[in-house]
Amino acid sequence: MAKEMRRPIESGCPDGFQYMHPLMIKNFGQWRWHDHPRPGVLRHVAQSGDALWTVKAGTQRILDVFTLRTLCDIGDQYADGHVRFTIRSNIEYMVADEIKVEPLIGALEEAGFVVGGTGNSVAMIAHTQGWLHCDIPGTDASGVVKAMMDELIDEFKNCNMPNRVHITTSCCQINCGGQGDIAINVQHTKPPKINHDLVANVCERPSVVARCPVAAIRPAQVNGKPTLEVDEKKCICCGACYPPCPPMQINDPEHSKLAIWVGGNHSNARSKPSFQKLVASGVPNNPPRWPEATAIVKRILKAYKEDARDWERINDWIDRIGWPRFFEATGLPFTKFHIDNWRGSRPSLNASTHIRF
Amino acid sequence: MADNKQHETPMLDELESGPWPSFVSGIKRLRDEHPTERINGVANDLLGQLEHSYETRKGYWKGGTVSVYGYGGGIIPRFSEVGQQFPESREFHTLRVQPPAGNHYSTDMLRQLANSWEKWGSGLVTFHGQTGNIMFIGATTDNTQHFFDDINEYGFDLGGAGPCVRTAMSCVGGARCEQSCANEHKIHRTLVNNFTDDVHRPALPYKFKFKVSGCPNDCMNSIERADMAVIGTWRDDMKVDQEAWKAYVAKKGRQHTIDNIITRCPTRCMSLKDDDSIEIDNRNCVRCMHCLNVVPKALSPGDDKGVTILMGGKRTLKIGDLMGTVIVPFMKLETEEDYERITEIAESTIDFWAENGLEHERCGEMIERIGLVNFLEGIDIDVDPHMIASPRQSSYVRMDGWDEEAVKWFERQAEDRQSAAS
Repeated sequence: MAKEMRRPIESGCPDGFQYMHPLMIKNFGQWRWHDHPRPGVLRHVAQSGDALWTVKAGTQRILDVFTLRTLCDIGDQYADGHVRFTIRSNIEYMVADEIKVEPLIGALEEAGFVVGGTGNSVAMIAHTQGWLHCDIPGTDASGVVKAMMDELIDEFKNCNMPNRVHITTSCCQINCGGQGDIAINVQHTKPPKINHDLVANVCERPSVVARCPVAAIRPAQVNGKPTLEVDEKKCICCGACYPPCPPMQINDPEHSKLAIWVGGNHSNARSKPSFQKLVASGVPNNPPRWPEATAIVKRILKAYKEDARDWERINDWIDRIGWPRFFEATGLPFTKFHIDNWRGSRPSLNASTHIRF
Repeated sequence: MADNKQHETPMLDELESGPWPSFVSGIKRLRDEHPTERINGVANDLLGQLEHSYETRKGYWKGGTVSVYGYGGGIIPRFSEVGQQFPESREFHTLRVQPPAGNHYSTDMLRQLANSWEKWGSGLVTFHGQTGNIMFIGATTDNTQHFFDDINEYGFDLGGAGPCVRTAMSCVGGARCEQSCANEHKIHRTLVNNFTDDVHRPALPYKFKFKVSGCPNDCMNSIERADMAVIGTWRDDMKVDQEAWKAYVAKKGRQHTIDNIITRCPTRCMSLKDDDSIEIDNRNCVRCMHCLNVVPKALSPGDDKGVTILMGGKRTLKIGDLMGTVIVPFMKLETEEDYERITEIAESTIDFWAENGLEHERCGEMIERIGLVNFLEGIDIDVDPHMIASPRQSSYVRMDGWDEEAVKWFERQAEDRQSAAS
C-alpha cells in the first residue's frame, strides 16, 4: 500500500503582525511624519510621539544561508530582532532607540553590506533570475547587477541625484524587471533558430502559433515531420515563442543584445505613471562585467544629475527638456528604431509645432 | 562532492572583486565551508554550470512538471540540460513561498527557514522575487516535498506559478508610513487568501496579480504590474499644519518653495500666500502626493480615507505594456461589509476573465480586446468619468441607446446624493 501523503495546509499569505517590530504594531496606521537623518537611515515619528529609526542596506540578493545568518546576527545584536525586505531586496532594520543606529551601521558595513538606498539615491537594481535559474534567459541577472552596483555604489550610499533613480534589468523581453527610470533589458535581433526534429514532440503547436504577437508563425512540414516555421520578414525577434516551444531557440550568444530604456516611473507624484522609452540598443551582452552597458547607464546618470531640477525623476526631466536635448546631452545616437510603429503608436509622434531650438 | 572535482570559474571569479557584496562568493562559501557534503556538491556544480553559461552566453535550464502533493503549482521546475557535466545540481527547482504581508520577519523565523532550507535545499534564497515570493532556489524533486512539509507546518505556504492567482504584494504601509491611507496588510491578505485554491491549482487563462499600495506613490508598482491594483487615497481635504509649513518656508526660502512645490503641482491647486501660509484648492487636488512627499511634517492625507482600484496592468507579452485603468474611483474599506465588497469585485473580475479571456491573455489584454464597457458590464460596475482620460474622439460608434443611458446617469446621481445625505 502506498504511503499516505501529507495534505497541505492552505494557509496562504501569513499574517505579518506576528513578525513585526513592536513599535510598528503599537503605532500601526498612526504615523505622523518622517525625515531622513542621513543616507540609508529614515526616522519615522508617530502621533504617540514614538520614533522609529530604519537602517537600510543593500545585499547580494542571492543569499547563501551563511549571509542570511550574518544578517540575523546583526539584527539580534544591534537591532531589535525584527527586519523587513523592500521591493528591491534591500534589508531594513528597525530600532526604537537612536543610540543603536550608528553601531548597527558599523556592524553592517563591517560585514560587507552597503548602507544606503534611501532618498535621492540610485536604489538597488531590481533583479531577475538570469542564467542562474531562469529557463529562457538571454543574459545573467545577478552578474549584471553585481557589476553595475560595483560602479554605482557611491550613488547608492549618497543622495546626490535630483530624485530617486530606480534601475531594473531583465533577461528577456517579457521584462520581469518591470519599469524603471533606467532599464537594461535583453533585445534579440535575429529570429529563432528552430530544431525541426523536436518541435512536434515538445511543443503544443497551436498555442505557439497563437503566442506570436505578429502572427509570423505557421505550421509546416520539414523532412516529413510536423513542425513550425517563422516568416522571418514579419518576425520581430521578441522571443515570445521560446518559452512554450524551447526548440525555437531565440537566445544567441552574438545576436542577443542589450537595450537601454529610460523614464519608467510607477509613482503618481507630479505626472501620471509612465512607461520607459527606448534610448539605446545593440549593446553587447558581455559577461562577466558588461562594461558597455554600465558605461551608458553612467552617461545617462551624469546628464540627469547635471541638468535635472530637484525632485525631477528622469521622466519629469525629459518632459521638461524634450527628447532631442536628451539625445544631445547623453551623446546617444537617435535612429529609426526609436520611432514606434507598434499599435497605438501615433500619440508618441509630435503633432505640433512645439519644437525647442 | 567527494569524487567531483572543483570546477574552474575564471569568469565568475571576476564577480568577486569590487565593493558590492558578491553572490559568487556566497555560492563558493556553500561549496567550501558548508558542513553538508550534499550542499558542497550542489554549489560546485551550480557554479560550474553558471560559468558554462558565462562562457557560451546561453542558459541551460529547462522547465518540466514538479509539484507537491495536493497542489498543481508553486514550484518552478528546473532540470539541467547539461546535467551530465554538472550532475549534483541536475535538479534545481525553486519553491515560491508567500512572504508575510509587508515582508516582515523576525530573525528567529529567518533562522528557522534557513535551517529547513539547508536540510533539504541548496542553501540559496532570495527575499524576494519580482512577483513577491521568497525564492528558495535549488531543490531536487523529492526534497521539494520535504521542504514544503517542514515550512508548511510552521505557517508558510506556496505562492503561485503558471496560469493562476499569483502571490500578492503590499507596501510597508500603516506599519511605518505616514502616507498610508488604508490597511494594506488586511487588504492584501483578504484578497489573496480568498483565492488560495486559484493560487495552488493553475486553471485560469494566465496569471492574475494583486498588489496593494497605501498611497498614490504606489511603491508596489501596482498600476504598471498588477491585474488588480488597490491604492489608498482620501477624498476630503488634505491636512495642513500651517506652523510646520511656515517653518519649512522660513528654512528653505520662498524661491525653493515655489520652484519645488507650488509650481510642481500638476493641477496648479496651491498658492503661497503673502504671509507664507499655503492655500490649497482641494477640489482640484488629484492626490498626486508630490507636496506631501516634500513636506511630510506639514501636509498629510485627509481623514476620509479609502482606496482606488485599477485593473489590467501588465508587462510586454503579448500586445505591449498596459497600465491599469480606474475601475473603482473610491471606496471605503472600514467595515467587514466593505471588505466583502472588494472581495466580491475581485471574484467577479476573475470569474468573468476566466470565462472570457483567451489562453495566455492577461485581464488587461482582454479589456483591450473587448473594450472597457463590455468588461464593466461583465463585472456589474457602472461607468464613471473617473475611468477615462478623455471621452471618445471618434464618431464611429452606434449610439441609439443614448436616452436610456443618460437616464441611468441621472438616476445614479440621485441615488448617490440620497446615500450621501443619509
